[in-house]
Amino acid sequence: MSSEKDILMIDDEQVILDAVNKIASAEGLKVDPVLNAEKALEKLSSNKYSLILCDIMMTGIDGFMFLEELYKKKIKTPVIMITGYSTVENAVKSLTNGAIDFIPKPFTFEEISSAINRGLKFSSLQKNITQGKNKSESVTYVPCPPKYKRLGNISWMNLESEGIAAVGATDLFLEIINDVLKIELMELEDEIVQGNVCARFETDDSLVHNFLSPLSGRIIERNNKLSGNPKLLEKDPYFEGWLYKVIPSDVEFEEKYLVPCSSDRM
Amino acid sequence: MFTKIGLKLILAVGLVTVIIIGIYSYFSIQSQAELFLSTAESHANKLSDTIKRSTHSSMLLNRSDETHQIINTIGEEPQIHEIRIFNKDGIIIYSTREDLIGTMVDKKAESCYACHTANEPLEKLSMSERMRIYRVNPDSSRLLGIINPIYNEKSCWEADCHVHPEDKTVLGVLDITINLKDVDDQISRSEFNSILFAIIAITAISIIITLFIRILVVRPVRELVNATKQIGVGNLNYTIKDLGTDELGLLAQSFNSMTRKLSEARTQLFQSDKMASLGRLAAGVAHEINNPLTGVLTYSSFLLKRTQNNSELNEDLKVIVRETKRSREIVKSLLDFSRQSVPKKHDADINEIISNAISVVDNQLSLKQIKLDKNLDSTLPKITVDSNQMQQVFINLLVNAADAIAEKNGMIKISSALISLSPYGIAHIKTAVCPKRHDLTENEIRIDGMPTIKVKVKSNGNEGFIHLDPVYGKHRHQYNIEIVDKKRIHVSCPRCNISLMKEDFSCPDCGSTVYNFEVPPQGFFESCTNPACKWQRWNAIDEAGERNYVELKVSDNGGGIPVDDLPKIFEPFFSTKGQKGTGLGLAVIWGIIDNHDGIINVESEVGKGTTFTIHLPVKI
Repeated sequence: MSSEKDILMIDDEQVILDAVNKIASAEGLKVDPVLNAEKALEKLSSNKYSLILCDIMMTGIDGFMFLEELYKKKIKTPVIMITGYSTVENAVKSLTNGAIDFIPKPFTFEEISSAINRGLKFSSLQKNITQGKNKSESVTYVPCPPKYKRLGNISWMNLESEGIAAVGATDLFLEIINDVLKIELMELEDEIVQGNVCARFETDDSLVHNFLSPLSGRIIERNNKLSGNPKLLEKDPYFEGWLYKVIPSDVEFEEKYLVPCSSDRM
Repeated sequence: MFTKIGLKLILAVGLVTVIIIGIYSYFSIQSQAELFLSTAESHANKLSDTIKRSTHSSMLLNRSDETHQIINTIGEEPQIHEIRIFNKDGIIIYSTREDLIGTMVDKKAESCYACHTANEPLEKLSMSERMRIYRVNPDSSRLLGIINPIYNEKSCWEADCHVHPEDKTVLGVLDITINLKDVDDQISRSEFNSILFAIIAITAISIIITLFIRILVVRPVRELVNATKQIGVGNLNYTIKDLGTDELGLLAQSFNSMTRKLSEARTQLFQSDKMASLGRLAAGVAHEINNPLTGVLTYSSFLLKRTQNNSELNEDLKVIVRETKRSREIVKSLLDFSRQSVPKKHDADINEIISNAISVVDNQLSLKQIKLDKNLDSTLPKITVDSNQMQQVFINLLVNAADAIAEKNGMIKISSALISLSPYGIAHIKTAVCPKRHDLTENEIRIDGMPTIKVKVKSNGNEGFIHLDPVYGKHRHQYNIEIVDKKRIHVSCPRCNISLMKEDFSCPDCGSTVYNFEVPPQGFFESCTNPACKWQRWNAIDEAGERNYVELKVSDNGGGIPVDDLPKIFEPFFSTKGQKGTGLGLAVIWGIIDNHDGIINVESEVGKGTTFTIHLPVKI
């Protein structure tokens, strides 16, 4: 079965389906919109997609049950979760249950298109690995240090001495976005919240990528070197390319949602 | 009938009174009667002696006429029933009753058996043995008889008549009987008086006791019962008026404090219940509103990108996108409110935020013909705030002000200024710990919305808590202990009891003891234990000196807020707007200002208007 469509979009609101369809079409992508997860699973049995966008709060099979079904059916198509009930719990649960990203509603055209872009890039990376072609060329692993923990495939955190944690972006996240031109960081003393946006990366394809924080806490230091030299991020994402030093607010609780950084990723 | 405590007490005390007064009266009557009788007895005895002596000489001379004469004269005394003298053989020789002279006395009769109970007669008798009280018949009055033996003397056997030989001891007996009618009358009179006194005393004491019990027991108990009934039907605002300092008074006080706590607990329960439903509502609203907002935001932002060449359309679309993004933040803050979210702060021009807020409500104000007087200081430094939250604060305050204005000539003044303020009366304790690092802040009891500091207090054997006003220099402490001895107060941690007293230091103002606790990271806070003394010291804050604040005022000339409502207006769900408001507006505002380390105050006068003053710290 060849993939006719690029994206499977599941949402119980027609207007969302239409909006996403419109945006994706403008980018030259084909979208298969369905109004519930049951129909989506039906479609998945006969079709292949590069990316799935899925709402969380739906009647019948909801977003989390859908993720479980995919896991059971061993369908490895990357999923981006979308929800109007954008709580920290929903965000974190999505990422720990296998979704690659989380977009709260309402989103702007820029937000959804950058997310779709990341999703498709992720999907193609995945395909490259499974098909084993061009391995050395496009996938360059940067090994993640053993004690680090990550939220999904997006961000990492490492508990340093005296209750301070460092926060940064994983090499995989940096892999699926283009070259970073500008990094928009939060202010010192600001609170970052696990699963919420804590930085924006502007890339050379004029997309702005939202970066989700791996834990909650108060920012005590920012990596000012990054503003002058965004390349540092990709060069050394786990050491020199850190974003923030924070005092975590509840690391014991939040660690449950994090996985060891070096564990298998795809 | 015997179920009332007052009646039981009255009956118990009354019974004791009756028993005591009864016993007292009984013995008093007894001793009175004895006294009267013994007086009569000694009178009779003296009389008998008198007769014996006065007849002595006529006896010796054997002049019986003279003896008769004396006995009859004395016998005319009304009290005297009978006087008689009989010889050893029992023959009556002299008597006031002529008919009995010469008759024989019955040896078994009253006057004889004192000596003749045994067959051998006695010769010496004591006073009480010579006396007898008897009645002739049951209806007659009592008689007191006294016998007086006439002993043989030398003069008797040596007398010329030679009637009596020398060997006889007793020659005869003088027997006097006295009528006891007067004495009995006196006794019964005194008996009557005693009983009358007893009855009056018992009645008087009972009435007095009843009155006292009514005042001291029945009334307070009735008040307490009434209070419990009021609580029973749910009126938790009912307080018992002061019942003094006795046990019932203390009961009333602790009852009042119990109802106050119950009422607070109920309010909190009610609020948390409201909070839970608000959370559910927020979830529903977020989900329902976010879907249509997604439509608006995606299409508008998409259009915005596609119309970059059309500057006019582009500008309009920018507004749509910006305002939709703001709606997104508002919905998110609704969700965050139930989750106590943190502000996203950055340096911002507060005047710009105010202007943005004004532009949102401008239409509403001009519709109601309300004038807006804007007086913003353009030289204000930038301050670190969450501009969305701050905008929400000003929109809410402006809408509230507009709602408060009912009639025409409405006027809202909004101003900003840079001021310097002393920390005294402003700086507020956010965290406080005991030496063992136990948190002393109490979220349940708040003053002006701020958690209080709870410390344990011992004073004169009483133990209780004080909820300290967290604002430095304000003294709106809440005592739930009565401080009697203002000098002997000991303050400790309510969790671990470790002393908070500052050793070897006394208050520079009044000399009382001083307690202190740490306010991390701002050093120690010290305060005088004497409730009447206002001395407090917070070195870290004092040393920092005056601080710069941006002062923001929003005032209206509307209806004003009643004094009773003023302390409550920042509490969640307190609303004067009825169905129109959620009661969350000012609570949210308070939370936002607090998150910015700021302070919001309200001043209001009914009929004149309300002024909200916000102080936001300027970073040094």
